[in-house]
Parts: sequence; structure tokens; C-alpha cells
Amino acid sequence: MGIARAQLKQLKQDALAQRQPVLSMPEGGEWISAARKDAAARLDGMGLPTRRDEYWKYTRPDALTSAEPVAASMDGAAHSPVFDGIEQLKIVFVDGVFNADASDDLALEGVEISRLADAAAADIHWAKDIYGVLETRGQTPVERPLATLNTAYANDGLVIRATGTAAKPIHVMYERTSETSDVILHHVVKVEEGASVTLLETGAAGARGNTVTEVSVADKAAFHHVRSQGRDHNRQLLTHMFAQLGEESTFKSFTLTPQGVMTRNECILELTGDDAIAHVAGALMADGKDVHQDDTIFITHDAVNCESRQVFKKVLSNGATGVFQGKILVKQGAQKTDGYQISQSLLLDEDSQFLAKPELEIYADDVACSHGSTSGAIDDDALYYLRARGVPKRKAQDLLVLAFLAEAVDEIEAEDLREAILTRIRIWLDLEDDL
Amino acid sequence: MLEIKNLHVKLEDEDKQILKGLNLTVETGKVHAIMGPNGSGKSTLSYVLSGRDGYEVTDGSATMDGFDLLEAETEERAAEGLFLAFQYPVEIPGVSNMTFLRTALNAQRKARGEDEMSATDFLKMVREKAKSLKIDADMLKRPVNMGFSGGEKKRNEILQMAVLEPKMCILDETDSGLDVDAMKLVSDGVNALRSEGRSFLVITHYQRLLDHIVPDVVHIMADGRIIKTGGPELALEVEKNGYADLLAEHA
Ligand SMILES: Nc1ncnc2c1ncn2[C@@H]1O[C@H](COP(=O)(O)OP(=O)(O)OP(=O)(O)O)[C@@H](O)[C@H]1O
Ligand SMILES: [Mg+2]
Repeated sequence: MGIARAQLKQLKQDALAQRQPVLSMPEGGEWISAARKDAAARLDGMGLPTRRDEYWKYTRPDALTSAEPVAASMDGAAHSPVFDGIEQLKIVFVDGVFNADASDDLALEGVEISRLADAAAADIHWAKDIYGVLETRGQTPVERPLATLNTAYANDGLVIRATGTAAKPIHVMYERTSETSDVILHHVVKVEEGASVTLLETGAAGARGNTVTEVSVADKAAFHHVRSQGRDHNRQLLTHMFAQLGEESTFKSFTLTPQGVMTRNECILELTGDDAIAHVAGALMADGKDVHQDDTIFITHDAVNCESRQVFKKVLSNGATGVFQGKILVKQGAQKTDGYQISQSLLLDEDSQFLAKPELEIYADDVACSHGSTSGAIDDDALYYLRARGVPKRKAQDLLVLAFLAEAVDEIEAEDLREAILTRIRIWLDLEDDL
Repeated sequence: MLEIKNLHVKLEDEDKQILKGLNLTVETGKVHAIMGPNGSGKSTLSYVLSGRDGYEVTDGSATMDGFDLLEAETEERAAEGLFLAFQYPVEIPGVSNMTFLRTALNAQRKARGEDEMSATDFLKMVREKAKSLKIDADMLKRPVNMGFSGGEKKRNEILQMAVLEPKMCILDETDSGLDVDAMKLVSDGVNALRSEGRSFLVITHYQRLLDHIVPDVVHIMADGRIIKTGGPELALEVEKNGYADLLAEHA
């Protein structure tokens, strides 16, 4: 039996009451002020998550809801050059503050890019139709108050509109110089009909980061997203990705999470146009008893003949915890849905744990949905075979880890980005390059 | 080269003795064959020599040119020059054959204090050796043994042996599952490696392989011991009469 509804509601209000006083709503033009005020009102109704929430059963939200962030040492906060070899438009935020000097000009063929802070100054802006709108849609059937908090209080981020084929990927680099930065960033991406754009992200937003990205993918448009999150161990990070997909559109997102005492990545997708494709994948390398990472996915099929795919791989050692909550909801009428979900963990010892909650909810009759979740150890036979050929135990284990994670990395469509991620994993595992 | 004395081995988790005082000496440059009934402990011997988990040595010793095999880690034995061609080669999803070979070779070189081989030299060397074993480029790119036929797996074992150039090669039923042509291919591969400094221990059930890889010495193993040692004619005798007479003679 859970606790009484009223009691839970009070706990949520208490959580909000401790967080809210240190927040202040930024100044802005008419459109964004309206969106922020709406969010603040919604937030007042919801409160903030507590550990008694069913949706936060496996991950304690405390670090995300406290007034001040838990100080995060700078260990491992040096920026990893994951995408250095990739031609890109680079945009840098340092502890959540846009850094114009370190960033490229926000000019890219096929795309219009501006800072949210600039877009917010206008009274009217196209982002009005997306900012807080997709986030609001993503609040049912499960509330995500920390995303709403973000909508209400974020003072910067990026506003991106792809009108054609983006000439190169947009790379948002989050750097961190402070042990106490508390960062809230909000991005809006609009991919217009037939357009395509790739968004790369690296680093942790801050000592504590809360980022929301709302993506509207129009008919026949494509959005690709590849990110490598901060490897700094003590940072606390919460990300939300809300996307809505039009007809024959494509959405593909991949996340590499290395370490971190607190990472929760929520991805909420809504397939509203026929023949759309949505893929979400993630690879986790977690080593250490205080490492905790959570992927929470919610994909709603509300159109015909769409495909969705979730592939999550987590390597856990020395007491690390990996969480996967993934749901596929197929609405009435969403016939010919092809939904696939797999979450797997590789447990390198008995102290680590993988908590998985895969769910299917289907209201259409002509669909093909499958989900699976496994937890396993290193294959002893494979380990022995490698060692019998002279590969030291540690390296043999790393090779098997790489092979395990590669199945998630393979979900990245662009070969150069796929290679960039694999190379980074190899470097982190201290393995030499593949042939 | 290989010196095994009074080797006693039991299963780690069970009270089951498998090797019961095995003595065997393989001289440098020689080819020895071991034949013996199913379950006599041939594979166990090869596993224990290479250091597989699950076995406990309760008595005896095994050295390779004076190097104490039983005390060393599996990978150290390999770097020292011990190679086991598996009876059942293992499939490793996600690790390409090439990566596997290169990682193994370089790890061994590093352990011996040698320089790593450059990628170009390595590719050239592997391609040449693969070609003579009729292993094509596609198989090299594929994950280790994944989707390989039984015969392809065995050929792949010999390729690994050719690449790693060990000094003591143990072949555990490398002939099983091979068609006539593959048997020839594999034997040629082994024979090409025969040299003054390299020894072989060939475990097999069939005389046929020994027609191609002619042994210097043949041992008969039964119930965890070598019960008879002789020349190549011993294999012919087994082929003709089976093990009954030999076992009776020993008992
Ligand atoms: N891990 C194990 N668990 C249980 N029994 C084992 C194990 N390993 C070996 N044995 C047993 O030890 C005995 C010897 O097995 P081994 O595989 O060494 O025989 P073999 O001579 O190689 O046989 P074959 O000719 O069939 O390959 C068998 O009775 C086998 O069942
Ligand atoms: Mg055997």
C-alpha cells in the first residue's frame, strides 16, 4: 500500500516550498512571460517529486529538489573532446552561461539559431508554439514537475529552427568551472517540413543541471541527437527531451553516460504523424557504489504505421546502480505500430544493481510490440578464451564491455558520430583503436 | 619442452578426480599425439595446462621449458608460448576477429617486452596467413567465431596459432567436424608451423589426422592417466581394434 494521496500531495508541496524560494523568474517579452507564468501555476499545483512517488521509486529526487545543489568537486570535470574531429557549429555554455567568445557565430546554412535569452526579449516569437507546450503535453499520464520548473525558471538556452538541411551538426558544449553552479537551461528545436538537423551535446550543464529540450519534428523532417554527458563524478544531472513527430519524420537520440552520482534522462516522445520513426538509445558506464543513472522513456504511438525502438545498455561495477523505466503506449487507432524495447545490464560484480521497469500499454489490435530486459555477468568462457590467447584479464573484460555497449552505440545513424562515441568509450576503457 | 609429472586434478566444485597421476614429456621440436576414450580427461588436461577455472590441481607439476605453468595466470602462459586450439572454440559477439587477433598479439608482445606490431604490418601478415587457410576478409571482420561453421571455427583456431607463433601447441580435436579438404588445409597449416623449436600435442580420436600430421610419439590416455606410449603404429592399432585390448592390458 502506498501512502495516502493527501499525504503525498503535502510532501510534494513541501519539496516545492524548499526549492522555490531560491528561484526567480527571469524578465522577458510577452510570449515567454505567459509561458513561464503558466508553468509556475502548473508547478504550484503539482509540487515537486519526492522519493515516495511511484515514478521516482528507483531514483531519489532529493538532490534535484533541494534548495541548493550538493557541492560537486571538479574531479573529472575537464571537458572530453568527444566530437573534436567532427565538423560542427560549436556553442559553449559555462556553468549555464552562454560564452560568446568560445562559441562560433550562430550562423549556419539551413538553420536559424538564437539564444533563448534573446528570443525571450521579443514580444512575439515562433517558439511560443513549442516552448512549454510540448512539455505540457508530456505531463500526462505522468507528471514531470521538474521539467515544468525548468519551463518557468530557465533564463537561457537555444532556440533552433531548421528550415533546410543543416550544413553541419550543432554542438552544445557544457563546461563547468564551479562546484556549486545550479543550472537551468531550456532549448527549443523546430525542424520544419523536410528539414534536418543534428544536435550534439557534451558535458554536464553544471554542478547541478536541469535541462529541457523540446523538439518539434514536422512532416518528413529528421532530428538526430547524440550526446556524451559529463564524466565528472559528483555532478547531478536531470534532462528532459520532449518531442513530437509528424508524418514520415525521424527522431533518433543517443546518450552516453559515463559515471555521475546522479543522472536521470527522461525522453518523452509522441508520434502523431503516420509512418514516423523514433529511436532512443543509451549506453552507461558506471563504476562505483555512489554512481546512479536512470533512463526514463515514454513513447506514445498515436498514428498509423510508426516505428519506435529503445535500446539501452548499462555496464555496472563496484556497486553502481542503473535504472531503466521504459514505456510504450499504443493508442487506439495506432495500427501497424512496430514497437521494440530492450534494456540490458552487464553486472561486473554482485554489488551492482540494475532496476528495470519495462511497460507496454496497447489499445490497438494490429500491432507488433516487444520488450525485453536482461541482467548478466561477463561471459566466463569468452573471458577465458581471450586470456588463453594472451589478453590480460582486465583488458579482456574491457573488450567484452565495449562489445556489449557497442550494440547501443550502433543505433547512431551517422558513422562519424558512431565512431566518435566508440573511440571515446575505448579511450575511457584504455583500449587501442579498432582496425 | 613440456614436462608433466604425476598430475592430479579434481573438479573444484565436486569431489571428482579426473586426472590421476598423469606423466608426459614432449620434447622440443616433436609432435606427440594423445588418443583415448571419451571422458578419459584429454580436454581437462589441456584446460588445466592453460589455466581454465573450475579445476583444482591436488598434486604434481607441469612446466614448459622450466616455466611453472600451474602457478601462472592464463594470459602469462600464453605469452610464454603456450597455445590451446579449443575443442569447442568460443563465440564472442561484438569483438571482431581482427581486433581479437591484434589485441592478443600485441598483449603477448607487450608481456614479453617486445614492441607492438604496426597496424599495416599486422594486416599484411594476417591476410597472408588467412589466405592459406582459406579464411576470407569477411570472416576476419566478423565477430569472433560468430556464425562460423564448425569447420570454419577450427580453421580460425589454426589461424590464431599461426599469428601468435607459440612454441607449445596443444590441439584438442581440431580434426572433428572437418571435411576432407578442410582436414588437409588444417594439417598443412600445422605442418607449415612444425619447426625445431616448436612442439605439438595433438589430441584426436582418429588416425586420419595423423596421416597428415605424422606424430613422433603416440600416447594412449585412459581414466586420467597415460597408459601406453609408442610410435605412430599405436594409432593404427587403436583405429583397427579400438581401446578394449589396451584397457584390458592395463587393468
Ligand atoms: N566442469 C566439469 N563438470 C563436470 N564434469 C566434468 C567437468 N569437466 C570435465 N568433467 C568430466 O571429466 C571427465 C573428463 O572430461 P574431458 O572433457 O576431459 O574428456 P575428454 O577425454 O576430452 O573426452 P572427449 O574425447 O569426449 O572430448 C568427463 O567424465 C567429464 O564429464
Ligand atoms: Mg575432449
